[in-house]
Amino acid sequence: MSTKQNTNSLFNKKILIQAAKDSVFKLNPVMLIKNPVIFIVAIGSLLTTVVVISDIVNNSFSSFNFQIAIWLWFTVLFANFSEAIPEGRAKALTESLRNNRTQTTASKVEWSQEVSVYATELKKGDTVVCESGDIIPSDGEVIEGIASVDESAITGESAPVIRESGGDRSAVTGGTKVISDRILIQITSEPGNTFIDRMIALVEGAKRQKTPNEIALSILLSGLSIIFLLAVVTLPAFFGYSLSASGLPMSQNLTLPVLIALLVCLIPTTIGGLLSAIGISGMDRLLQRNVMATDFIPAEGVKNEELADAAQLSSLSDETPEGRSIVILAKEKFNIRGREVHQLNATFIPFTAQTRMSGVDFKTADGKLHQIRKGASEAIRTFVQTNNGFYPQKIQDIVSDLARQGATPLVVAEDNRVLGVIHLKDIVKGGIKQRFAELRKMGIKTVMITGDNSLTAAAIAAEAGVDDFMAEATPEDKLRRIREEQANGHLVGMIGDGTNDAPALAQADIGIAMNSGTQAAREAGNMVDLDSNPTKLIEVVEVGKQLLMTRGSLTTFSIANDVAKYFAIMPAIAISLYSGGSGVGPLSALNIMNLGSPQSAILSAVIFNALIIILLVPLALKGVRYRPVSANNALIRNLLIFGVGGLIAPFAGIKLIDVLINL
Amino acid sequence: MSIQDIIQIILFITLLIAFTPILGNYMSNVFTGSRHFMQPVFGWSERLIYKFAGINSNEETNWKFYTFGLLLFNLTGFVFVFLIQIFQQYLPFNPSHLANVSWHSAFNTSVSFVTNTNWQGYAGETTLSYFVQMVGLTVQNFVSAATGIAVILAVIRGISRKTTDKLGNFWTDLTRSVLYVLLPLSIIFAIILVGQGVVQNFNSYETVQTLQGAEQTIPMGPAASQIAIKQLGTNGGGFFNTNSSHPFENPTPFSNFLEMLFILLIPAALTYTYGKMVGSVRQGWTIFLVMMILFVSGLSISLYSEYSANPIFGDLQLMEGKETRFGITNSVLWSTSTSAASNGSVNAMHDCLSPFAGMVAMVNIMLGEIIFGGVGAGLYGMVVFIIITVFIAGLMVGRTPEYLGKKIEAFEVQMAIIAILAPGFVILVFSAWASVSSAGLSSLNNAGPHGFSEILYAFSSAAGNNGSAFAGLNANTLFYNLTLGFGMLIGRFGIIVPVLAIAGNMAKKKITPVSLGTFRTDNWLFAGLLIAVILIVGGLTFFPAISLGPIIEHLLMKNGITF
Repeated sequence: MSTKQNTNSLFNKKILIQAAKDSVFKLNPVMLIKNPVIFIVAIGSLLTTVVVISDIVNNSFSSFNFQIAIWLWFTVLFANFSEAIPEGRAKALTESLRNNRTQTTASKVEWSQEVSVYATELKKGDTVVCESGDIIPSDGEVIEGIASVDESAITGESAPVIRESGGDRSAVTGGTKVISDRILIQITSEPGNTFIDRMIALVEGAKRQKTPNEIALSILLSGLSIIFLLAVVTLPAFFGYSLSASGLPMSQNLTLPVLIALLVCLIPTTIGGLLSAIGISGMDRLLQRNVMATDFIPAEGVKNEELADAAQLSSLSDETPEGRSIVILAKEKFNIRGREVHQLNATFIPFTAQTRMSGVDFKTADGKLHQIRKGASEAIRTFVQTNNGFYPQKIQDIVSDLARQGATPLVVAEDNRVLGVIHLKDIVKGGIKQRFAELRKMGIKTVMITGDNSLTAAAIAAEAGVDDFMAEATPEDKLRRIREEQANGHLVGMIGDGTNDAPALAQADIGIAMNSGTQAAREAGNMVDLDSNPTKLIEVVEVGKQLLMTRGSLTTFSIANDVAKYFAIMPAIAISLYSGGSGVGPLSALNIMNLGSPQSAILSAVIFNALIIILLVPLALKGVRYRPVSANNALIRNLLIFGVGGLIAPFAGIKLIDVLINL
Repeated sequence: MSIQDIIQIILFITLLIAFTPILGNYMSNVFTGSRHFMQPVFGWSERLIYKFAGINSNEETNWKFYTFGLLLFNLTGFVFVFLIQIFQQYLPFNPSHLANVSWHSAFNTSVSFVTNTNWQGYAGETTLSYFVQMVGLTVQNFVSAATGIAVILAVIRGISRKTTDKLGNFWTDLTRSVLYVLLPLSIIFAIILVGQGVVQNFNSYETVQTLQGAEQTIPMGPAASQIAIKQLGTNGGGFFNTNSSHPFENPTPFSNFLEMLFILLIPAALTYTYGKMVGSVRQGWTIFLVMMILFVSGLSISLYSEYSANPIFGDLQLMEGKETRFGITNSVLWSTSTSAASNGSVNAMHDCLSPFAGMVAMVNIMLGEIIFGGVGAGLYGMVVFIIITVFIAGLMVGRTPEYLGKKIEAFEVQMAIIAILAPGFVILVFSAWASVSSAGLSSLNNAGPHGFSEILYAFSSAAGNNGSAFAGLNANTLFYNLTLGFGMLIGRFGIIVPVLAIAGNMAKKKITPVSLGTFRTDNWLFAGLLIAVILIVGGLTFFPAISLGPIIEHLLMKNGITF
């Protein structure tokens, strides 16, 4: 199911068009040079283009050179395109966050006077007042009062959370909204360095630092490129020798476009082109919540199909995972097909933190305007009541019931009528015990650290299935334990929320602070888990592993491809050598693919090389599937798919393209 | 192929496998400082050397000092060998009154012996005095091999130690390698060889009358002692120009068998030493397995190529240039061993091998001399490929790559790439230079792709520190002496320095304990993957060059054309 969802969003027209535009802008050399492999291709394209132009000037236009030049440029564009897609998706995600931030005003407390200032002017140490309905202007700590806060703008979680002064629940995040009561907040972040700022920077990739593994891989790819560069630049010399030995004129030596074509085919352009897309998509994936619609619960007097139809209609343009899963559920359960929004003459109303609803407005044939909304129960209640409708108690009961089960209820309404509830469920793979078992399979040992007494801790540890526990732990104990594990060579991930966890979070290799935790904890950790879910570690590890696997697999694929490309290009360029005048020399025996002509062989290899980048974009964005199996089994699987597959696929692909060219 | 041929090959491999743990275990004892039976015999001289040279054998250094010591030692050796060659006529033990050697030949020869290459651009018996051969070359035969062992010892310590910057003491490693490993084995081997009829004297050359009545000069000299170490130390520099096809170097089938076995003996045994010292014998055997599979594959291709019918001459097995006394199997087994092990001694002329057998010899060298490889050098070259393999495999299973508990990060990958690039650069760029310059082309003996193979082979041999030649090339020219000389230097130290840097960096790291998610490096799967990486990286680098040399030649031969 997740495959389907991702493919849907991948072919979102808006993002694709934007990505196509961006891939041209990315031809800017300053941006290209960040990716050495693709930069080499770009230089090659430029040189080939110069050759083509000089051909035209000298009246000796060669359509072969021209086609090589075109396809080389496409190779660069495709690589840029693959990078632009996830960037576009990430940008769309941050757009609303940014609007939110720039337009907010705040009531700053100065000399016990309240002054209205822009949120962006607030400095660390300032104190602001937030009342019901206010957007919290910046990150801070509650110093007075208690309030319920809606954090859906950053967490996507519609249930409000309680924030109060003192204790472990005092931290608030800029961009979230106070729903009730009044609190005094001391700002703890400098402007431009708030949580939302950092999130925007992270998502847009501007500040995305390359991971050590990515750096190492870039070095490997650059090294391979240099090896191939050596193999290609020395070839004319070897070739010249062979020409004179076969009694052929030096004018038959390899031309620049042919050499560049060979080089571009050999250097790892596939992985080189997709490398940054893989990294960006990983960030993107971490931010997506794993929720899906599992059921439709209609209100009294409403048919199931009617609810499903309305729910689907309101979700057609909703690119969130929830929205997509609703469309799919409606189709699967009631066979209701997805429709194009603009065909229905409808306008899509996107979700905002203020309305906390999304939906569509459309006109029926009689010209009457209908509004379908789905959203949090409180928001829908207001919506229905404003339209002079009635919000049934039965619905309220279903909502409370679902919330108690840990699921997320979404209420659907049309105009003044409540249609029913959509049951959204987090895709948690089994219970907490199973998740710890998964961690164990990954080679991760879990230790529960608690301040409880040993007896209670033992009971909870057994219940949850952790490997080990530490009871009655002081902050010093936590720190010591982490240092011990690190001294034994272990990599330590720590999840915590309290102020007394902060030292341990800072010491751990990966510190994950709960979003619900204290400011101290959130500052000490390397990342903040917005969902405040302790098993988030599994997702973090999984996405990380997926990124590595995708990079490794595509590298293997890219290198394995070269074998076939040699068998296409070498016989093509060396066909005349030692031919004794017949024109077909001994190396034509290497033409095991039986390609049509030397020129079509080279062109096919170049075209294959360009197209494979585009074909692999979905894989790069989605990531190679991770399964919690042993390292050896994972290796065998990926080797068979990407190693052996990488050897065979280009033989078939190049042959196919060659047949098409020679039609 | 006769049944005897097959029995001989099986016996050869069996003995190699049998000796590996015995010698490997002994070397591990020597290098970890444990007690061993040679201590009472040579212990006094070890202590004497330390006292004389002012070495504190317990003092360990970081990788930079270790490397500095190694480079300084090799530089001194180079200068010394260079000087005694250009002034040999004023020095003793020169009964045949050989003249001073030209500066560029002396440069080439001293680089060649210091780097464990033993490429010989000169003819030994007509160029170098006994003094140069013994004091210069034979000494370098020992210490260049010991240098290789010292490097792999540093690598082993880098892997097995944690959070330290100490890699050991270069001088201690060097002394122990020579005293307890190379010297005792050479003495035993030399005595056996003398028993088989290899000459060992200081006589001047003898002039005899042949049966046809012509006069022939028979060279003499202290051959057995140099041959023993030339085989054991994967040096390969013959006492006589025709190397081990000379009856005074290699008189009997038994001496031939032993000389072949001794090429691979220490490199093979070092895999066991490695496994033992990093704490898992299985790791060592896995590397041994990889080397053996590549070796047997190359041997099979060569044998198949030599024994299949040559379309020009019909069914004959071509004996021209082969070791006519011992037959084709022994020629091919030798050519495969010597090229796999970076030895370079020959008993047949590689120029005369069939195109594919010649290609196997060349590919063995081009892959980086890691199929057993040079003493120490083969193993540390293999570690470079292991790092690349572990890195790619680690990514594919979604785990930060680690080898024996050490994380493989950007620095290791970078150094490994440099170590792979260095010989590749020499082979491709220098061969390209030679095949377009008149200085390069004028030395060719053969036309067509075979001539190109000669050039390619020469630079591969230099870069891989092998030292064997396709022999059709007249390499004692200014151009070749210099280019091959620099090729040997880059091929040797372009790997040693990055490898020691890797060792130094690894020693500083923590050792990650094994967990369920750890990717194993001691099983068939890893062995297979390592082989694939070696073949693909090597193949992709050299495929265009090889296809214009041996592959074209083979295809032409099928069509009845030779060169």
